[in-house]
Amino acid sequence: MQELEQVVADITSRINSATDLAELDQVRVEALGKKGQLTALLKGLGKLPPEDRRAAGQHINVAKTTVQDLINARKDQLQNAAVNARIEAERIDVTQPGIGQDRGGLHPVTRTLRRIETLFQGMGFAVKSGPEIEDDFHNFEALNIPGHHPARAMHDTFYFDSGLLLRTHTSPVQIRAMENGEIPMKLIAPGRVYRCDSDITHTPMFHQVEGLMVDKGVSFANLKSVLHEFIQNFFERDLKVRFRPSYFPFTEPSAEVDMECVMCSGKGCRVCSNTGWLEILGCGMVHPNVFSQVDIDHTVYSGYAFGMGVERLAMLRYQVNDLRLFFENDLDFLQQFS
Amino acid sequence: MLVSETWLRELINPKLSTQELAHQITMAGLEVDAIELAAPEFSGVVIGRVLSAEQHPDAEKLRVCVVDIGEDEPSTIVCGAPNVREGLTVAVATVGARLPGNMKIRKAKLRGVVSYGMICSTRELGLGEEHDGIMELPEHEVGVDFRTAYQLDDQVIEIGLTPNRGDCLGMFGVARDVAALNKAQFEAPRAAAVTAVTKDVINVHLDAPAYCSRYSGRVVRNIRTDAVTPVWMVERLRRAGIRAIHPVVDITNYVMIESGKPMHGFDLATMKGDVRVRLATEGEKLTLLDGREITLRSDELVIADDSGARALGGIMGGTDSGVSEATTDVFFESAYFDPLNIAGKARRHGLHTDASHRFERGVDPGLCEDSIERATQLLLEICGGVPGPVLTVDAADHLPKRSRINLAQNHLERLIGRSYDKAEVTDILVSLGCQVRETEDGWSVTAPLYRFDLSIAEDLIEEIARIHGYDQIEATAAIAELDMSPSSESRIDSMRVRDLLVARGYYEAITYSFVDPKLHATLIPDVTPLELANPISSDLSVMRAGLLPGLLDAVKKNLSRQKSRVRLFESGLRFVPQNDDIHQKTVIGIIATGSRYAEQWGLERSAVGFFDMKQDVEALLSMGGAKRDIRYVADTHSVLHPGQSARITIDGVDAGWIGVLHPGLTAELEIDSAVVFCELLEEVALAASIPTFVSLSKYPEVRRDLAMIVPEEVTIEQIMEGARSAAPATLKDLRLFDIYRGKGIEDGAKSVALGLILQESSRTLNEVDIDAAVAAIATHLREKLQAKIRD
Repeated sequence: MQELEQVVADITSRINSATDLAELDQVRVEALGKKGQLTALLKGLGKLPPEDRRAAGQHINVAKTTVQDLINARKDQLQNAAVNARIEAERIDVTQPGIGQDRGGLHPVTRTLRRIETLFQGMGFAVKSGPEIEDDFHNFEALNIPGHHPARAMHDTFYFDSGLLLRTHTSPVQIRAMENGEIPMKLIAPGRVYRCDSDITHTPMFHQVEGLMVDKGVSFANLKSVLHEFIQNFFERDLKVRFRPSYFPFTEPSAEVDMECVMCSGKGCRVCSNTGWLEILGCGMVHPNVFSQVDIDHTVYSGYAFGMGVERLAMLRYQVNDLRLFFENDLDFLQQFS
Repeated sequence: MLVSETWLRELINPKLSTQELAHQITMAGLEVDAIELAAPEFSGVVIGRVLSAEQHPDAEKLRVCVVDIGEDEPSTIVCGAPNVREGLTVAVATVGARLPGNMKIRKAKLRGVVSYGMICSTRELGLGEEHDGIMELPEHEVGVDFRTAYQLDDQVIEIGLTPNRGDCLGMFGVARDVAALNKAQFEAPRAAAVTAVTKDVINVHLDAPAYCSRYSGRVVRNIRTDAVTPVWMVERLRRAGIRAIHPVVDITNYVMIESGKPMHGFDLATMKGDVRVRLATEGEKLTLLDGREITLRSDELVIADDSGARALGGIMGGTDSGVSEATTDVFFESAYFDPLNIAGKARRHGLHTDASHRFERGVDPGLCEDSIERATQLLLEICGGVPGPVLTVDAADHLPKRSRINLAQNHLERLIGRSYDKAEVTDILVSLGCQVRETEDGWSVTAPLYRFDLSIAEDLIEEIARIHGYDQIEATAAIAELDMSPSSESRIDSMRVRDLLVARGYYEAITYSFVDPKLHATLIPDVTPLELANPISSDLSVMRAGLLPGLLDAVKKNLSRQKSRVRLFESGLRFVPQNDDIHQKTVIGIIATGSRYAEQWGLERSAVGFFDMKQDVEALLSMGGAKRDIRYVADTHSVLHPGQSARITIDGVDAGWIGVLHPGLTAELEIDSAVVFCELLEEVALAASIPTFVSLSKYPEVRRDLAMIVPEEVTIEQIMEGARSAAPATLKDLRLFDIYRGKGIEDGAKSVALGLILQESSRTLNEVDIDAAVAAIATHLREKLQAKIRD
């Protein structure tokens, strides 16, 4: 038994001095493997007198368990040390920026349009589009703006020699939708429009969203409701809204909608010319002449229509102070809306 | 319309402050754009009379005046105006007066003579630009404060009128709306008829009755040539934005501002024979009051006499027949011109006059005689003269009529969405000048002649809602059927396309749809773009047939602003003329230049190239599902690098182009870095297939690599397709993991390495299966593509 103690002491010393997992495994093989020292002792039991064998066997087995436990403990120790060493070696500066492609960004007009579309789609409005080179019928005639109507002077129209023109508003989409569509009808038509006008507050191209609802019993009170809700939701603020009588050939009655100035909360500032109000869109009840152009019986159906300038909404929402920036595509500008 | 508040309140004076009045009419559709002071602040200016004006002893241009300013002693004032003379009534800035521009009047010595004040010109008081001399006022009690005497403590309310409200282009019209809004009465005053002294008339012939269906005229002879327009009238005209010119012109303008009825005064001495209101003959010439000679067309109306066209009817008088300082005999014209027939004619000649502005919108024909009476009355007061009778010629069939409009109460209430009191509605319509009869279900209404915008029930509904107040209509949510909006899965949502490009480092641009024709010709030489007839400028004059001109221009501008890396995309229409048609189709343009990645610490800097953008395009197109056959076909394009450009086809249909801009082109455009561009036609590129599920295999997949050397002419597409066609169904994926040219590989060849991923759905593949698959592919590549398979 002195031999066993000596063997265990020797193995224990070698376990403790093992510096890596390979060395430790070598110790395990030499101690507990098929040809290991403790295995050899077990094999030697047969040489003992039969009455001693049982006790000796127990001792050896206890020693085997002890050795195995020591190996396991040392293994854990070495593994932890290895992981810790690796962690230490792999330490990084997490404040360094990430690697790879940067994100770009949507144009603020698109960003604004998405917002408008989302809000109206939530109310069940479909989104429609139409051609930008239009004919006189869809841009003017069908909208109750016959040739030489004074209202044409309000639209500085770009023409082509063929007599075609660049649409001056997205209202033609309304006509095209009513020509083909089914009532009830709820739609918005976002898109580019063109006016032959260019100065600090006008660009020859800009964006509009036209809205239309046609059904039985659609009223001006309904129009007030939808636009009021839109303005509150678009700006996420409880803004005062007022409807002022106005004139559009394609609506009767017509109204212009002012909202409380978002910059000064109605107190009066440079943006609202000290009126406290901002003109934000035009609207009205679809004119019977428009309905008759598209064969809708105005004694049965009524409808409202509205049109709004997207850049204007974007400017107010994001406090952009120069309309022209929208079409210069300066990265310093675009990056601000990404 | 510029409205003097004082004048308006003389006509109708509701108990409202200026601001309240402005708000009230704004909310009734007469939008107030601005409220300005009628005269700048000044004080200490009184009315005086020049008792004597003697030559200054030491200054040729100065006169020493003795002026009665209502004090015990008259004041001595030195004055430099050429028109100062004894007996003149003038505006005197007394010592201590403060004038606009913070000028203070002090006792001053002028060439040795002490002057106690200053006699004022209109400019010195901020009332006009005249500075030729001092103001000559009509006789007035001296010593009275000038501001009080001329009601200068007035404000000018600027109303932006919509085109339907021509009736408010005169003070009476505005007063009528104000009265209606305040439940007050306003009746436009009628001028008393001036009794004719002579029987002098000019015969008038209405040869174009559809254009002019009423013409009233009157001859007034022997007016004084030295008469001046009284300051009160000059003042009212000034506040209405009109400059005084000549008493006759000022009077007709005044009548127009007052009643809204434009008139014209001819110098009778220049007229020969009868007046003919006729259409011009094609090519006829007329020199207008502004001195320009215009060539007339046969659909334009002229006022002519025996010597030819004398005025452009309802638009502008001719220069030869206009009144001048020598005019003694006047012929007044007040006519009705048809709005539709006159519309657009002024604009044709680049004109926009007060008359054409009103006639295009419609002027009450009932005012023709009235306005002549009013003008005659004023003329006699100011210039004297001997009037003849008013002669009116009508083409009765062509005069506008107002037919009855039936308005049902339930129509009104349904369209507005609220109820109205019947009697209140009647009152509103009456207050606007309508003839109203209440019927069982509503009203029978005849609109007044001055309202050209009231012809159908809806027009009346607007009037009722407007006067009653839009703010009285409570917002009510519409009740509608719950319809589900259709949503197609067979197209890639353009929102996803934008988001993908944004995630891949592109900024969305929006460029003008019209571009520089020179740039367009350079970048899209194969399409003749559509030209605008009236472009805003020559560099924005053709419609783009593609997105490259706009995007490249945006890239250039950013490069010039010290951005070395620019990545943009745009989605929008391109306009391609095709025979008689114009194809307007949505395309996506993508452009990139500069380094592949934004400057950063972890990646090597390298320039963006064909394959960078190709991967973005592949990612974009992959959203359309795996079933589409997408190909990049090497092809040459006029502006792309011949060796780095490809036509993109999807299921055999052209979907667009991708390539590096031709190096010659970028050099010409002074761009130093390579520019990669892609344009995709949305209708083809964004078509999508709906995914169909394929069962997953639970057996392991195995990988074998196959390396080969192939001649350079053999494309990767050929190798991949060859491998796929030769492989058994167990080939699940084919990966290209290496392409190598250079050392160890002979010139004109490349080394290509493929990873074959094999898997069977019903069992584990064994070595025999795998070897057979690899061998089949290798054999095919060796035999068909001269591949040397490497071991």
